[in-house]
Amino acid sequence: MSEAELATPFRDRAGRALQDGFLQQALTIATTKFLELRREAFGEFPEGDALRDRARAIKEATLQRLDHYLEQLVDNVERLGGHVHFATTPDDARRIILDIAKRTGTRMAVKSKSMATEEIHLNEALEAAGVTPVETDLGEYIIQLAHERPSHIIAPAIHKTKGQVADLFARELNRPNVPADPEVLTAIARAELREKFLQADMGITGANFAVADAGTVVLVTNEGNGRMVTTLPRVHVAVMGVEKVVPSMTDLAVFLAILAKSATGQKLSVYTTLVRGPRKPEELEGPDEFHLVLLDNGRIAQLGGTLREALYCLRCGACLNVCPVYRSIGGHAYGYTYPGPIGILLTAMLNGAASVKDLAHASSLCGACADACPVRIDIPRMLIELRKEVDEKKIAPWSERVVFTLVAWLLRHPALFRLAAPLARVFQRPFARGGRIERLPLFFGEWTRTRDLPAVAARTFSERWAALEREGR
Amino acid sequence: MRAALMITCLGDMLFPDVGVAIVRLLRSLGVTVEFPPGQTCCGLPLFNSGYHAEAAGAARRLVEIFKDAPYVVVPSGSCAWMVKHEGPGLLKDTPLAGEARRLAERTYELSQFLVRVLGKTRFGSRLRGRVTYHDSCHLLRGLRESATPREILENLDGVELVELPGHDECCGFGGSFSVRLPEVSSAILEKKLTNVEATGASCVVACDAGCLMQMAGGLTRRKSQVRAVHLAELLEP
Repeated sequence: MSEAELATPFRDRAGRALQDGFLQQALTIATTKFLELRREAFGEFPEGDALRDRARAIKEATLQRLDHYLEQLVDNVERLGGHVHFATTPDDARRIILDIAKRTGTRMAVKSKSMATEEIHLNEALEAAGVTPVETDLGEYIIQLAHERPSHIIAPAIHKTKGQVADLFARELNRPNVPADPEVLTAIARAELREKFLQADMGITGANFAVADAGTVVLVTNEGNGRMVTTLPRVHVAVMGVEKVVPSMTDLAVFLAILAKSATGQKLSVYTTLVRGPRKPEELEGPDEFHLVLLDNGRIAQLGGTLREALYCLRCGACLNVCPVYRSIGGHAYGYTYPGPIGILLTAMLNGAASVKDLAHASSLCGACADACPVRIDIPRMLIELRKEVDEKKIAPWSERVVFTLVAWLLRHPALFRLAAPLARVFQRPFARGGRIERLPLFFGEWTRTRDLPAVAARTFSERWAALEREGR
Repeated sequence: MRAALMITCLGDMLFPDVGVAIVRLLRSLGVTVEFPPGQTCCGLPLFNSGYHAEAAGAARRLVEIFKDAPYVVVPSGSCAWMVKHEGPGLLKDTPLAGEARRLAERTYELSQFLVRVLGKTRFGSRLRGRVTYHDSCHLLRGLRESATPREILENLDGVELVELPGHDECCGFGGSFSVRLPEVSSAILEKKLTNVEATGASCVVACDAGCLMQMAGGLTRRKSQVRAVHLAELLEP
């Protein structure tokens, strides 16, 4: 999202999303489908729970020795003839990739879906350097045509209805009267993209995993575009957050068993692509050059930080699909690359706690995200930790800090606390009818705008206890 | 048997009838109910908003107030969760650490106390007809309890329990979330209430004052015939 859009308060961005009928329709259909498929997939898979524990344990152990596994990965990729680059910042990553593009004379780059490249805003940088990026995942292709950003980690165009996609294709691809039929629309995109695959000089991908002891980069996709991106162009560049390394193929198998089930409810995705360096002389397909860009961008600093567990994230999107807030407002309202519950944590990791002072509260802490997470990341707990940090660093508004300090003081003084009820009864008198309140002034109106509030009782339980105690004798 | 009632701030001021119903119900089951003075709030709103030093102050008071109670019964899953899961953490490096752990072990949400401690699942009913049950997030995913309220409701004479579509989905309350982002909170609530009305139940039952405040507020605002009630209000002493 642009800085101008981020200047709009989160609450207003969310409010706009709630008013968008198309978005509401698209979100309800897609997230409901995803979460039902996920539930079915794990329902038929009794060993799922044990594998989730195992996956979490692997992540924990790997991150404890991240330097070791990264070194091993680098050695093995280089042994296979690939090049490894380390990028501390998004700027470093962009510069590395632009240098490769320049040296190899790249004019067009085809991309498979990658959140890491979204995170570093790679497409804009490529365009500015005269390289045409072409997104080849259908959802990414749609939003590239629409000049938008992904609104979901695995379903980037989840916010669009098929009717909107048909209109977009009619306008941008000069296909008037194209029907709102997913099969027809997919066939059009496929024909358009086929040309690009053949023209492109560079293929850019993310990485779902990288296997340290094999030097293998793993892509989990459904459309086959990932395989073409990694085999047709002369150069393949994979961009990957450093936390995505796993020790061995045995470990990889654990993650593959739960990733697709969590994401789309599939047992496995349609394609699982294992890339091992550039094409060897005896091989028929593959690029001449293979580059792996390892991206830090705030991750390493969190190895010992409060957000450490967010580094376990597999980017499956399950927490988005079950989150009542995400399901109500969609991904764009969050305003950053990664939306949803995990997105708030990742945003804090990449941009600092101050960037999520409002987003940290964009959760009812219902816990559905933690239950759905394949590696059991305790997202609500970390949101609370972020709120704490925002409060302690005095990023939270002073008015809020005063209110909570006052409440805390009142809770420790029961004699004064007991005065709250009689005071409230005086305050509510003009507003209460039949035990409920339909409208209140000031801050309290935030509640009563959409809901009634029960009036403070004529006699509180504490005030009734003496009589109740006598009744019991 | 003796048990102390932790009335909770919302229970005390907004839903005193629920507290009264619990006292009479427990007495009818032979429990001597105590109500230790000085109760205010469990500190969950402070904790969830990140004010942990302040929440620790509330946790310390609870340990002192309930130190003599063999059991502590709480009408809200969220407050019970606060005492059981966060209290010991907040006080872990203090002299009260052991007391906080012991309080956590002795504290029960009401339906859990009735079924798991007293072993009672059959009660007389104050209502006839169809009801549905909303799983509060803290009771369901915090305390991992979905069985005890259903066991009680299924055994109520003249009451038919129908499952609520999306029974495990949040009602949109979320404490301060409900007033920080009222539009989002209400949008979540609307989905919940549409599901509630689709069951044809005359009331939606919950075991948490927060959810009840949210759902009741939404139901009366949309002039619904459905009522939001606490489990205790259905049970005949």
